[in-house]
Amino acid sequence: MREGSLKLRPYLDEVGVMIGLEIHVQLNKLNTKIFCGCPLDYHDDEPNTHTCPVCLGLPGSLPVINRKSVEYSIKVGLALNCTIEEHTQFYRKNYYYPDLPKGFQITQYDYPIASNGYINIEGEDGEIRIRINRAHMEEDPGRLVHEGGSIERSKHTLIDYNRSGVALLEIVTEPDIRSPKEARRFLDKLRNILGYLDVVDTTLEGSMRVDANISLSGGSRSEVKNISSHKGAERALLFEIVRQKNLLRRGGKVVQETRHFDEARGVTVSLRTKEEAHDYRYFPEADLGPIKVADWAPGIKATLPELPDARRERFVSLYGITDDHAKSLTSEKQVADFYEEVVIKCSNYYKPDESIDDYIQLDIAHFAAVWIADELKGQLNFRNLNIDSFKVKDMVSLIKLIHENKITEQSGKEVIRTILDDGGSPDEVVAAKGLLKAGGDIVTTAVKEVIAENPQAVEDYRSGKQEAVNFLMGQVMKKTRGRAGAKEVREMIIQRI
Amino acid sequence: MITVSQTLEAIKDSSAEEVVSQCIERIENSKFNTFITVAKDSAPEAARKAEGHTGPLAGVPIAIKDNISTRGIQTTCASKILGGYVPPYDAHVIERLKAAGAIIVGKVNMDEFAMGTSTESSYYGPTLNPWDPERVPGGSSGGSAATVAAGEVPLSLGSDTGGSVRCPASFCGVVGLKPTYGVISRYGLISYANSLEQIGPIASNVGDMTLLFNVIAGHDPRDSTSVAGEKDYTKALVNDVKGLTIGVPKEYFGEGIDQAVEKSVWDGVHRLEDLGASWQEVEMPHTKYALAAYYVIAMSEASSNLARFDGMRYGLRLEKDHDWHTTYSEIRAQGFGEEVKRRILLGTYALSAGYMDKYYIKALKVRTLIRQDFERALKDTDVLIAPTMPTPAFKLSEKISDPLTLYMADVNTVPINLAGVPSVSLPCGFSDGLPIGLQIMGKHFDEETVIRTAYTFEQNTDFHTKAPEVV
Ligand SMILES: [Zn+2]
Repeated sequence: MREGSLKLRPYLDEVGVMIGLEIHVQLNKLNTKIFCGCPLDYHDDEPNTHTCPVCLGLPGSLPVINRKSVEYSIKVGLALNCTIEEHTQFYRKNYYYPDLPKGFQITQYDYPIASNGYINIEGEDGEIRIRINRAHMEEDPGRLVHEGGSIERSKHTLIDYNRSGVALLEIVTEPDIRSPKEARRFLDKLRNILGYLDVVDTTLEGSMRVDANISLSGGSRSEVKNISSHKGAERALLFEIVRQKNLLRRGGKVVQETRHFDEARGVTVSLRTKEEAHDYRYFPEADLGPIKVADWAPGIKATLPELPDARRERFVSLYGITDDHAKSLTSEKQVADFYEEVVIKCSNYYKPDESIDDYIQLDIAHFAAVWIADELKGQLNFRNLNIDSFKVKDMVSLIKLIHENKITEQSGKEVIRTILDDGGSPDEVVAAKGLLKAGGDIVTTAVKEVIAENPQAVEDYRSGKQEAVNFLMGQVMKKTRGRAGAKEVREMIIQRI
Repeated sequence: MITVSQTLEAIKDSSAEEVVSQCIERIENSKFNTFITVAKDSAPEAARKAEGHTGPLAGVPIAIKDNISTRGIQTTCASKILGGYVPPYDAHVIERLKAAGAIIVGKVNMDEFAMGTSTESSYYGPTLNPWDPERVPGGSSGGSAATVAAGEVPLSLGSDTGGSVRCPASFCGVVGLKPTYGVISRYGLISYANSLEQIGPIASNVGDMTLLFNVIAGHDPRDSTSVAGEKDYTKALVNDVKGLTIGVPKEYFGEGIDQAVEKSVWDGVHRLEDLGASWQEVEMPHTKYALAAYYVIAMSEASSNLARFDGMRYGLRLEKDHDWHTTYSEIRAQGFGEEVKRRILLGTYALSAGYMDKYYIKALKVRTLIRQDFERALKDTDVLIAPTMPTPAFKLSEKISDPLTLYMADVNTVPINLAGVPSVSLPCGFSDGLPIGLQIMGKHFDEETVIRTAYTFEQNTDFHTKAPEVV
């Protein structure tokens, strides 16, 4: 999108904050793990119940690639504007840790599934581009449970291999991020894109885990691990900037090291320095062999859903709404879907015979944007609820009530609040609270007027000419400028003549 | 030695249970330390259930190398570190054997984790060569070959990473096949060097070996390197080599080759010539680099494959736990034998930053050249014939203390694994009462021509009828 408008910012300014992120995304919408047939619905089950010889790394077991996981990864790669190479290849990353049952992790090294992409985000001063270095596939290790809470305090550690072998996609950015806030925006945008692709349920624990590299003024960088939320990323990075700044101010030197983010205390603590760095001895995993993926990409590209940026542009041009509204509505797929459904249902109601592509009521679209983006979203955020808490059908009824001037805007807001807090439908709330505008029924008035003004058509209908009623309906629509329900009008006319 | 047809006759005359019980009795009285675990209870029971089975191996006892996973039967890889490990699942070949009616009578001895050429590195003691108990049976599938040679079982499975089926077959005077990489599923085979190894059948004659091969070969979706398609290899049991072109690579008759071995193999080539085949010398110029490349690749892969043995989930556990780092180190220090440690250390070194290009990457390049040698040599020929081993079986503890000399013994077998082609070893003569093996190598996935050549040779010679005197 709009490539020309994007400026690469100066590589380093005075404070020179450079942040790069590594995001481990669990492809938890797959049916099975990455190299075996074990199902992924383990979250409510006992430890070590979703395992087999392969994900337990039993002697003699062999990995077989879950082809769907490759497909999902290509999907994400394409959505992040990455190149998908001819072949992709798995490697072994050799290190010992109790959560790693084989003593190595099957991951990618050379020939990752996707490389050289980017995501555009809202930067501190306008839209900016964050480059994606690569996205590579790997298996999740098991989960360590430290009895007693922390590594230091526990006497022993339990290992749950239910998570072992879940497909991960690790997305690695270039160090293009300049502030903790940008990091958070990047993560939000990434989550939004992943939501659109329907490859990950980001509400599940551990579905998006972040490691962050951060350096100041071109100095050594520290790597912060164990960040599990977007808010946590912002906090961890803020802490690191302050820590590194203070260190430099006191004449100290930032050493290259790995630090652990303690979410509860909001601080980072040193885990290991560069001297203790591992030599992972990456080498090709002969049990899998190279996978030719060049042929897959075009087909997957064709099935790629519309992504947030494209959808936002379409909302502006198709529905004539403002860019701010479009941005707000598309920042979550479910909200964008909700909005479109509401617009289509409202338009259908007013003009059922037209194909929706040719006919969308722009004032309704605008109306819906205001009520969903400004009002409903605000109330949902306030209550920490998501869009599922409000029904499309209720929003359609509400918009009609307001649009047809049956209730005031003030009442409309009350209806939303009441439904979220106590339930019920707009009609019920309106009735219960007596919110209907007194004597303001313009449709009834219009019907009465049209009947009085067209005695011939009334006569025709009475003598059996059914089509006469269509003429009368047209007249009512004209008078109400389309703000009347066709079915409703028809019934009202027939009732009265 | 006993054949499958003799065994089937015996079952007809008595019962599978009776035959299996006699087999177990022979194993338990073995003087050659062939088995690590005998399936004393499960085998007779399986035999009872096999009554009326119509599979090609119904009721036939078979010995399994102890690095192939067998559900319910301890599988140790002849290592202390896997003592007491009972797999909860069957390897693909075991499933196929059971479906064919075969009875697993136990797990046979081997070099620890298949690392060796003599079966002397087993934690459970060396296996002895039935032809001369003062000599090694070869390795690493020494138990598999020795138990067949001793007439304890008609069939066995071994595995061949750099000659581990063919070497003991040669030293014990039996028939063993290393199939093309990918023909037999490795699912359940405990990896030593996963890009090189294949499970291989061992029997007293080519016909039985082929029958067993036919049962265990075929596609398995659980092994990504397993190739698709099923063949009936028994159709290759044809006594005819007219028009066959044999290539003889002179590099396989190099320095250190025993005179008797050289003569027996050439006699074998000429015998086939008498039967209508023709032969020509072929050049395989990169053979001299094969041994070094093989050991670098095998050890590198081993260093990673053996990383999972840490005592956390199965196998050796120490009295007292420390922090995980110390516990791992102690378990591995106590659980692995010397040769295994040597290979893990050398392999780790070969893959380390700064050394990888010099060793591992270079070895992969050599591997490509070796493969090309085979493709070139087999372009104008149908099979290649060479000695399996440069000498007959050597004495126990003669070479075990000098790893380099021991590695040199694999000079003629490792190129085949680097290239991934099929090769069968079968007896072609004797030297001072010790069997000599000849190996027939073929094109990728052309086991049929290899089997036909071996079968024709066997039908027209009598080496396979000789058996050691086992009192
Ligand atoms: Zn599994």
